[in-house]
Order: sequence, then structure tokens, then C-alpha cells
Amino acid sequence: MITGKKTSKRKLIAAAIFLLALHLAILLAGFVAPYRPAEQNRDSPYVPPTRIHFVDARGHLHLRPFIYQSVARPDSLYEYEEARDQEYPIRFFVAASEYKIAGCFLSHTHLFGVDAPAQIFLAGTDNYGRDQFTRILYGGQISLAAGLLATAISLLLGLCVGCISGFYAGWIDESAMRVAELFLVLPWLYVLLAVRAFLPLHISPAQTFLLLVAVIGTIGWARPARLVRGIVLSARSRKYVTASRGFGASDAHILRRHILPHTYGTLLTQAALLVPQYVIAEVTLSFFGLGLSEPMPSWGNLLANLQQYNVLVSYWWMFAPALALVLVSLGYLTVANAFHQRLQSGSI
Amino acid sequence: MRRLGTLALFLLAGIRSVALSAPPQSPQHGEELQITANEVGHYGGVLTVGQRSEPKTLNPATAADAPSREVIGRLTADLIHINRASQLTEPALAKSWTASKDGRVFTVNLRHGLRFSDGQPFDADDVVFSFELYLDEKLHSPQRDLLVVGGKPIAVQKINQFTVRFTLAEPYAAAERIFDSLAMMPRHLLEKSYQEGKFAQAWTLITPPAEIAGMGPFRLKEYVPGQKIVLERNPYFWKADRNNNRLPYLDELVFLFVGNEDAQVLRFQAGDTDLISRLSAENYSVLSKDAATRGIQLFDLGPSLEYNFLVFNLNDLASKNLNEISSRQSWFKDLKFRQAVSSAIDRDGIIKLVYAGHGAALWGNVSPSNKLWVDQALPHPSRSVDHARELLKSAGFSWKGDNQLVDAQGRPVEFSIITSTSNAQRTKMATIIQDDLSKLGMNVHIVPLEFRAVIDRVFQTYDYEASIMALGGGDADPNPEINVWLSNGGTHLWHLGETKPATEWESQIDQLMQKQMVQLNYKERKKLYDQVQEIIAANLPYVFLATPNILVGAKKSLANFKPAILEPTTLWNVEELYFLSGTGSPSGARQ
Repeated sequence: MITGKKTSKRKLIAAAIFLLALHLAILLAGFVAPYRPAEQNRDSPYVPPTRIHFVDARGHLHLRPFIYQSVARPDSLYEYEEARDQEYPIRFFVAASEYKIAGCFLSHTHLFGVDAPAQIFLAGTDNYGRDQFTRILYGGQISLAAGLLATAISLLLGLCVGCISGFYAGWIDESAMRVAELFLVLPWLYVLLAVRAFLPLHISPAQTFLLLVAVIGTIGWARPARLVRGIVLSARSRKYVTASRGFGASDAHILRRHILPHTYGTLLTQAALLVPQYVIAEVTLSFFGLGLSEPMPSWGNLLANLQQYNVLVSYWWMFAPALALVLVSLGYLTVANAFHQRLQSGSI
Repeated sequence: MRRLGTLALFLLAGIRSVALSAPPQSPQHGEELQITANEVGHYGGVLTVGQRSEPKTLNPATAADAPSREVIGRLTADLIHINRASQLTEPALAKSWTASKDGRVFTVNLRHGLRFSDGQPFDADDVVFSFELYLDEKLHSPQRDLLVVGGKPIAVQKINQFTVRFTLAEPYAAAERIFDSLAMMPRHLLEKSYQEGKFAQAWTLITPPAEIAGMGPFRLKEYVPGQKIVLERNPYFWKADRNNNRLPYLDELVFLFVGNEDAQVLRFQAGDTDLISRLSAENYSVLSKDAATRGIQLFDLGPSLEYNFLVFNLNDLASKNLNEISSRQSWFKDLKFRQAVSSAIDRDGIIKLVYAGHGAALWGNVSPSNKLWVDQALPHPSRSVDHARELLKSAGFSWKGDNQLVDAQGRPVEFSIITSTSNAQRTKMATIIQDDLSKLGMNVHIVPLEFRAVIDRVFQTYDYEASIMALGGGDADPNPEINVWLSNGGTHLWHLGETKPATEWESQIDQLMQKQMVQLNYKERKKLYDQVQEIIAANLPYVFLATPNILVGAKKSLANFKPAILEPTTLWNVEELYFLSGTGSPSGARQ
């Protein structure tokens, strides 16, 4: 029992650190990414990921990793080879294109880069020669922000409805729960498609994004609401609640002081479960072309390239956004699992 | 168990051989067959072709969609035919024809002794009947527009059993080209339904094959909804090779309904289909990787006749409630603005990234592969962002702050381009143009819409600012293009419904196009059409972008395969195709 708890704790810490690092990298995309997300290099479409070397063509070991420039093979289409005649060392904290962090701090410094004319494409390039690595990071901003915001909306709605429903019971409870059931059986993908169809076509990327978030978040409130209601329902009949009421405490005080703390564990677990689910929802919508339009990247937009047969069979690095998606989902689910185990054993 | 399987195979094979199509009739006395120049082949084999969607009808006078016309084209024949390889007219069901000096009267002599695919004779009555159908206003035949010259329908008159006279209201250049692809229909099968007013419902996909007959190399054998349509040899077809073997060589021609282009490529790669046309450049490169091991050959036939362009909405929006768009039209109407856009666009980038090198940049409406009509003197200015900025500056535009272009009133230049989601290439062009124009400080949004929605906005509601579209690709001759360039034409996209030419140069185009239409001398006509091309290139109602190459593929065992840039690119000489012996017919062996 104790060992099981220990491994779960270790897993939780590992997953949490991983997620933290990933979120930080995505938040600081401008700094971590070597280029701008919409920057096209029309001479370098579909360049495979740049290989990082330590040993050069003459067999010398370099302490500083370096790359070779990728050049198009003559008389070929979208085929590249390394120009071995010159090494380009990877430099750290280089000054390059301007970017903003969190929309306000202006900066020129990038985590890494190489000297021109070479370019470093850690995850290859797409059809327009845009750096996939950069686009995955910037795309993560959209996809993760959508997931997190939508989760916050869902949980907030769920908490409110669940509390009111569980605390006041009676017909309020009955009607709220019937509505919740209605939302549970809704095929959400079709609802999203229908909602998108009603919207005007000319809406700005920011509006599209907020709309996506609002729709995804609003549809998913039912499950957390039912869970919260169950907890509130059992908590409100506890003796200390009755006692508190006897001392003349108001409903708001009882809710805040005695009942809500019981729901925190469940809410955290729900959050960890919902975030990856909503990230995938955003990806699905963008994959179907209902998300943000070019040139804004999101993981769904990036994966939509794979709808083309030639991309699917020819350029394996175009699957990289899927890897990011899988890692984020696994990270969150591990956290959710660990939370759940600790909740069962009563330590949250 | 295995033995049982083998037995079943034998049985199946037996059934197959019984079900094989009728052998070709040996040439009869008095039958005026056309002798082809192709390499002599041998009989047998089944050619399987993938089609993106099912045909909607088999009725030649009402079919408007590409899949229907592709099938109908193999079931029927025309009087005078445009040879897809030479792009010139040649005799078909008409043995010969003569034109009067003023170019208004055509006398057509039919071949004697020909028969429809059901064995019934073909003569002038069928020709007159067919033209009656095409010209009947109530049938709304898509071919009717072509047959109305100078506002009057062509008059058709039977002279004797094998001679028909066509009279045009005014001279019409290259008039014999309008006979191409006008299928001759059997009066004995269709007259009854026509007289009963039921012609529009005749010859659907569920009509029994015995009630459908044509003059084409094949006749209908079977239609399996959702799967395929099977055609078998027309034993009475009117062409023979130089050894007097009646064509076609193939026993059967099968159209499989496979869905989208990617599915077509997969079926071709798997060997389920024998040839593929309309390949995209990306799929062409996927197929070319292992073409040798799969026994297929691929052809790049050079630029098509299609032209892709960016069009700005210059329509009269006074009656529409589209204030935002009409306020932006002051930019679009400024020639310098359009010239700046054209100058900033990286056409080489489009060729490289959208067509993977299999395409040609365009600065005018005539593709470089249209050798007879392209104006070689048209300038091909290279891309220059600096030149574009100078043009904008001289038109009163300026830049503010972070390279944002603003007009003389200080409004930021921002507009959207609508493209069809069904065409990935045009959406890619939009992405490239968006990036190019951002270098001029223009803020461009891309709005991918469903194809119908794009058409509706461009043709009906005018609720768009700019769009990327394509036209052309039909015939090499200028006349089918006339609706695009005449100011009152139905595809005068940038400004529809003009009652009189809105600008001086549009009225010049009107005059030149009318003049070339009645000019019968090619050199004089070319001069006039060159002027049209120059006016268009100078005034840029469309910002021309690029034309894709025609890319096709076929199994190596398919002989006499001579793809051409005119539609139908691969099946135009289907009667001459055969499978090399030794290799057999892969499709035939499979069945």
C-alpha cells in the first residue's frame, strides 16, 4: 500500500515537472523557437529535420554541437542533402527576429540559432518552408490555451450548477440534473459543427479562438456538475453542517467553509482529465478546417496537412504535432490518475 | 477445400467467357469506315478507369457534369471532331464538309452505311433530330448557347439521306469546331419520348442498356449503383485500323466510382485501375517514386489551357447592402493597386510550392501551350516588391508604423480572399499571396469556403472582396472564351451584369472580340486576339497566376496511349488502346 502510494507520488512529480516544462516552453514560444511561425522559406519546402552533429566529416569531435546546411539535391524535387563543406555551430541566446512574450515583453533574444545562411529545423519544414518546431510551439499556445480556458469555463459552470443543485435539492436539483443529462447525451462534435455553421465567415482569428473556447467549454459542464452535486449532497447532511446551521451560519458561509473544500480534490482530477480532452476537441475542429485559418498555427491545423495523401506517405516529420499532442495528453492523464489514487486514499 | 476453390474459379471463368462482349463485325460492303493511322493492335482486354463521382445521366443533351460527359463521350460520336493531339478538326461521322465563301453555310456529307450500336442505320434524319433536341429551348441543353450564332439558332436542313446543310445567321470563325462533342442521337430510340415531352427523363442510369445506342466505340452493358459502369465494344463502330480490323480493340471499358483524387491514386497504385488523369503534382511525385517497380508510366504533358487568377470584386454594389466592401472598392478599382498586387506575387514560388514544379507562370489569359493563339509579345515582368511599393506610393498609399499600408484617407488596407475548400491548390496559392502581400503592408485574410458558397458569392450576392478562381481549359480556340471577355458575358467575373462597358478598355475588348468572331482569316484573327490579350494584361481585370501541367499515368502494358492536353486527356483515342500481348490485360486477368 505504502509502496503503491510512493510510486504514484513519484509519477505525479515526474508528470508535473514534464508538464510544467512543456507549458513554460510553449508560453515562451517566442524565446524557445528560432524563427517566426509564419515565416516562409520558399526554397526549402519539406526539409527533413536537421541532424545535430558532434563529429565532423574529418572525424574531429566538437564540444559544441553543430549542423550542416540542408541544400536541395540538384534535379530533384523536395529532396535535400547536407552540405558537408562547412559546419554551423549551434549558438545559444542569439539575437534574431523580434517577438513578444505574453503579448507585452518585446525581445530579440532566442534560445538557440545558427548563423545564416544555414537554418536549423528541429522538426523539419512544411509545404511553405516554415519551421515545424516553431509552429508546434506557437500552435501549442493556441491548443493548450483553448484546453485550459475551456476547462476553466466547464469547471466553473459545473461547480455553480452542482453546488446549487446539491445544496438546495428539490425541484432545482431535479431540473438542473435533467438538463445536465441532456448535455451529456449531446453528440458534441455535431453541436460544434452546427454552431460553427451559424457564425459569420469574416471573423478575426481572436474572435474565432474565443468562440471555439466558449463553445467547447460550455458543452462540457454536465459531468463536473453531477460529480460536484453528489459531493455537496452528501456533505450537506453531515453533523457539522447541521451544527453550523444551528449556530445561525448563512448558506454562503456553509457552502464556502464546510462544503466546497470537499469538492476541490474532485475538481482537480476533473481538470486534469478535461484539459487533454479539450485540447483534442480543439485539434479536431481545426483538423476539419473549423478552427483558426492560415497562417496561424494550431496543432489541429498542423495535423490537417496529413489529410493529403502525398504528405501522409512522404514526409514523416509532419506527424510531429501528433507526438506533442500524445505527450501532453499522457502527462495530464498521469496527473489525473495520481490525483484519483490519492483521492481514494483520502490524502487530498 | 482448395480444390473446391479452384473449381469455383473455373466455373467463374466459364461464366466470364460466356458473358464476353460481342465480337466486332467484319467490315461490310458499302460501309464507309474511317481508317486510323494508329499502330495495329489486337483484340481483347478490359480497361478500368477510376472516376471521382458517379455520372448523373447518360442523356447527351442534358448532361452537364464532367463524369456524365466522360462516359457519354465514349458512347457517342460527333460529325466533325477536334483531334486532341493536333488540336485541329478532322472528319468523323461527316466524311467531308464544305463551307460557303461567306462562311455562313456548311454542307456536311455523312459516311454511308454506318450503324448505331444496336445495329440500326444512321443517316441525315438522326442528325436533324439531334440538332432539334440541342436547339429546343425547353430542354435547356448546355450545348444550346454554342449553337446560337448572332442571336439566331443555326438552321439545319436535310438535303438527302446523307447530306445536311447548316446555315448560320452571320459568319463565325472556326465554325466547324462547334460540332465537336455534339453527340449524334438515334431518332428511332428517342423520338417517342421527345414527342411525349419526356425527353429530359430519357436515358438515365437505370434505362435498360438495350434502349440506349450511340455511334461511339462502346455501348452500355451494365450499371452497378455506387460501384461501376461497364461499357462493352460497339460491334458496329465506324473506324478500322489499316489492316481493316474494326475498332475498338478493347472488349470492355469499366468506370469505377472511387471518390476523391487520393482514392483514385491509391486504386491506380494498387493496380485496380489502368490509367489515371488529372493527377495533382504532389500525387504525381508520390507515384513517380516507384513507377518502375509497379509497371506504370507517367506523363507530364506540359501546361494545361486552364488559367488560375486572383479577381477583385469590381461589381456595381449600389443596390446591395455591402458598404464595407464597396468602401474598399476604391482600392480595387485603382489600376495601380492591381498592378502592385501583380508585381508583388511570387509566381515562381507558386509553381514550386503549389505545383511542385509542374506548372507555368501566367501573365495573360492564354496558356503558353496554346501555341496557335498565345501572344508571344506579352511582357513577363519579374517579381518586384520595390516596384509594387512605388506603384502604391504614386497611387496615394503610404505606410504607417509597423509597415502597415494605409490609403489616402488613412484607412489600413485589409481584405479577404475567398477560395474553395475543394481545391487545395488554390488555397495554397492564397497562403503564398497572403505572405507576399504582407510584404507590401496589406493585411490579407484567407476564407476557405465550400465550392457552392464561393460560386454563389461571386455570381449572385457579390459578397466578397477577392477570390482565386480558374477558367479555360475547354478548347484552344478564343471563341469559347467570349463570355469571359464581352462586357455583358456570363462569366465576366470581375464586373457582372454590365449593360454597357464600364470602362474604355472593356469597350475596346468588346469590339475586338466581336471582330475576331466573324474574321475567317487566321492571321487577321490572331492579330485581333493578340490585341485583346495585350489590353487584358495591361488592365489586369484578373491578376493571372499560373497554370498546372497536365499530369497523367497509365500501365506500361497499355499501347497506343497518347494523352493530350485537351479534355478528355487520356480516353480521347480509347478505340485505339490495347494491351500488349504477353502482359495480357491485368484487369481482365483479375476478373
